[in-house]
Amino acid sequence: MAQIVVEELRKTFHIARRRPGFLGALRGLGRREHDPLHALDGISFEIGAGELVGYIGPNGAGKSTTVKVLSGILVPDSGRCEVLGLVPWKRRQEYVGRIGVVFGQRTQLWWDLPVVESFELLGDIYRVAPAEFRRAFDELVPLLDLEPLLNTPVRQLSLGQRMRCDLAAALLHAPPLLFLDEPTIGLDAPSKLAVRDFVKRLNRERGTTVILTTHDMDDIESLCERVMVIGQGRILCDGSLGELRARVTGERRLIIDVDGDAPLEDPDARLIRREGHRVTLAFDPDRVATADLIGRIARSHEVRDLFVENPPIEEVISQLYRSHGTEVGA
Amino acid sequence: MSASEARRPCRPYQPYRPYRALLSARFRMMLQYRAAALAGVATQFFWGAIYVMIYEAFYSLGVPAPMSFEATITYVWLGQALLALQPWNHDKEIEEMIRRGHVAYELVRPLDLYGLWFVRAVAWRTAGASLRFLPIVFVAGFVLPGLGAERWALLPPDSGGAALLFVVSLIAAVALGAAITTLVHVSLLFTLSGEGITRLMPTVVILFSGMIIPIPFFPDWIQPLFEWLPFRGLADVPFRIYNGHIPVADAFGEIALVAAWTGLLMGLGRVLMARGTRRLVVQGG
Amino acid sequence: MNDLRLYLRMVGIAIRGSMQYRASFLMMSLGQLGVTAIEFFGIWALFDRFGRLPGWQLAEVAVFYGVVNVAFAFADTLSRGFDLFGEDLKQGEFDRLLVRPRSPLLQLSGRRFAIHRVGRFAQGLAVLAFGLHALDITLGPAQIGLLLLTLAGGTALFLGLVILQATLAFFSTESLEVMNTMTYGGVQTAQYPLAIYRESFRRFFTFVVPLAGVAYFPVLALMGRSDPLGSTLWMQALAPLSGFAFLALACGAFALGTRRYTSAGS
Repeated sequence: MAQIVVEELRKTFHIARRRPGFLGALRGLGRREHDPLHALDGISFEIGAGELVGYIGPNGAGKSTTVKVLSGILVPDSGRCEVLGLVPWKRRQEYVGRIGVVFGQRTQLWWDLPVVESFELLGDIYRVAPAEFRRAFDELVPLLDLEPLLNTPVRQLSLGQRMRCDLAAALLHAPPLLFLDEPTIGLDAPSKLAVRDFVKRLNRERGTTVILTTHDMDDIESLCERVMVIGQGRILCDGSLGELRARVTGERRLIIDVDGDAPLEDPDARLIRREGHRVTLAFDPDRVATADLIGRIARSHEVRDLFVENPPIEEVISQLYRSHGTEVGA
Repeated sequence: MSASEARRPCRPYQPYRPYRALLSARFRMMLQYRAAALAGVATQFFWGAIYVMIYEAFYSLGVPAPMSFEATITYVWLGQALLALQPWNHDKEIEEMIRRGHVAYELVRPLDLYGLWFVRAVAWRTAGASLRFLPIVFVAGFVLPGLGAERWALLPPDSGGAALLFVVSLIAAVALGAAITTLVHVSLLFTLSGEGITRLMPTVVILFSGMIIPIPFFPDWIQPLFEWLPFRGLADVPFRIYNGHIPVADAFGEIALVAAWTGLLMGLGRVLMARGTRRLVVQGG
Repeated sequence: MNDLRLYLRMVGIAIRGSMQYRASFLMMSLGQLGVTAIEFFGIWALFDRFGRLPGWQLAEVAVFYGVVNVAFAFADTLSRGFDLFGEDLKQGEFDRLLVRPRSPLLQLSGRRFAIHRVGRFAQGLAVLAFGLHALDITLGPAQIGLLLLTLAGGTALFLGLVILQATLAFFSTESLEVMNTMTYGGVQTAQYPLAIYRESFRRFFTFVVPLAGVAYFPVLALMGRSDPLGSTLWMQALAPLSGFAFLALACGAFALGTRRYTSAGS
């Protein structure tokens, strides 16, 4: 049964137009004009219990608006939305007690408090029974390796340490559903790995449904079986990574290390780039069998090494945006 | 930087350009807050009226006072119109910046941090005050007499000379206020949460500048204390030049004293900032 | 855990948090004491110059002053969590509170706690004691009850003002300066007897921001003085309830602001 049902969700913001320059600012003291911004332009999807869904899109595409609606912070203009059988923005306090939310860029821990006291306070705020709190605490602390951090004031933690603590903080009340808004932003590589590893285990072992928004495609690739791509307030694509690739492009990449500088060309392949000895070609496996292509190239060139791979997900995504006329990285 | 730009001959040295840009950016930012400015005008007009009524009650006794009723009322309105100029509060953004340890990023900019904060303070105060000054002067100076409440009105400057010197003393007051504000901001570098000094500032400034009651109303025996503190240059000096309580001949000396205090406090701010940022570098590791 | 216990827990934590900045804490407490003493000094100086207000003497004004300042000190202590509310909204910190299953007002008020308001509190109490002593007022159970009701009503009123000002942040991006003018200006106003103000202002402070209800009227009853404005003793004794009504309205306004925020987004 679906845990999250979203149907035809719409939300329009009215942005005050700012005029440039000093005189413009003065004129702004009078009436202001507003531009409509359709942050959500009719979005529909369903998410089942235990899914781990990546939700991606360029800035301003409606990603965080969706997360805000789903977490009860924002009321949409129209459309239906039910999460865990509740409408998030109705009886908000009751609803948010049953979900977990992590905002990557801000902490929910108390700046001046040792981590463990923040946890206890959150236990009180979420009305977690002492025995259940203990159980969650004992489970989360070793899993996230928090033992050495528990008595440190939050302001002294590194970003990666803080994120691990924030993950635990969002899960103390054992929510069946967790929203992760850019959990790896700004983290160093080991911290990113720790976060991903934890999220994966949480999803597999506890069956927690996870909705993850991110700009980091490695997060998506290593975690998500299902990806939803949003652009200009609409869902552009919803499916597995493989489906996403297939929909955007059937192409694969052939990467070859060659000796010498001789040009490498083939009628069935497109040259993407050449960096020294390394040549990257794109080809369509429906038009030419991979083995044939490799055979032809190996016969005409000195090939030292070669391998075939899928196009990187970044490129797939940006191609998807381009094909929908969405500006990337806005 | 593109190649052509690199090859271009030396750009003229423009030491003040970044400060000017920051000043104007800050001004534009403040001007967006029109609702706050309007509310500020309304509430300050309101509290001005409260003070006027308090003085009206006291003056109704007919006891001789150090200033005429009209001069006192004018003083009160100037105080309300220029309240935002007073360095009674601090910049919450700078406090947060220091609290969160982001102040180190400010040191990265190729600018003198003291100059930066000083200019920021000037822009902050003047932007706040300029939005309120004209509406309050208009209401207190023109609308009130128009409504028949001449006794409550803000009077024009005592003389042409007083008007001119008022403007000069006001500029000195802005500089003094920015020097004090910046000194407070610098002090925030020394305590993790510098609330102590910032909590002390409002009443010290408002009392010793003459914003709470005009300084001549304090008992005679305490007048020397007010004389020798810098704060009266923020309000009392310009306001009394305006209403003629300080004659034009004495005004020059008063303004010079304000300027001297400003220079002294700026020097102190610089010295403390040099120390504070050194501490910061050591702490930051 | 019920709301009150959670609130006390949060307050305890906030106090310990602020104690970590010890040098600043000491400076604050001492500074506040001196700073508020200076305020009364201004009033005293005017009485020193003019002798008295028509119909009122310094000791009576001292009682008004004391009551208002003690109430304000309480409210200020309880309401520090709202101080930076405009910033909280801008930075998205309010979202953080909205995704927790507790009232945002409760979470905000428990977030910071300004115990160093003992400065203003002690000074207000001292001035109040001076006024009551100079007027030779004996404090029986009725007077003490009325005084406590007055202080509670005053605290509620000032809390309401702070919450109302925080509510403004939902509608405008800058509200803090207005807040200071309102609260400190309110204290300034209520330090003097209402009777010296013009009628329109008296109406405002009776019916819009009922400062008179938590200062002027009940203090008259406390001093056993007849009101030049003609209020009866019963009205004077019940007037502090207006402070609670004001607080309730302010909480309602905040809830409206929250609703606007959740439908407009940031």
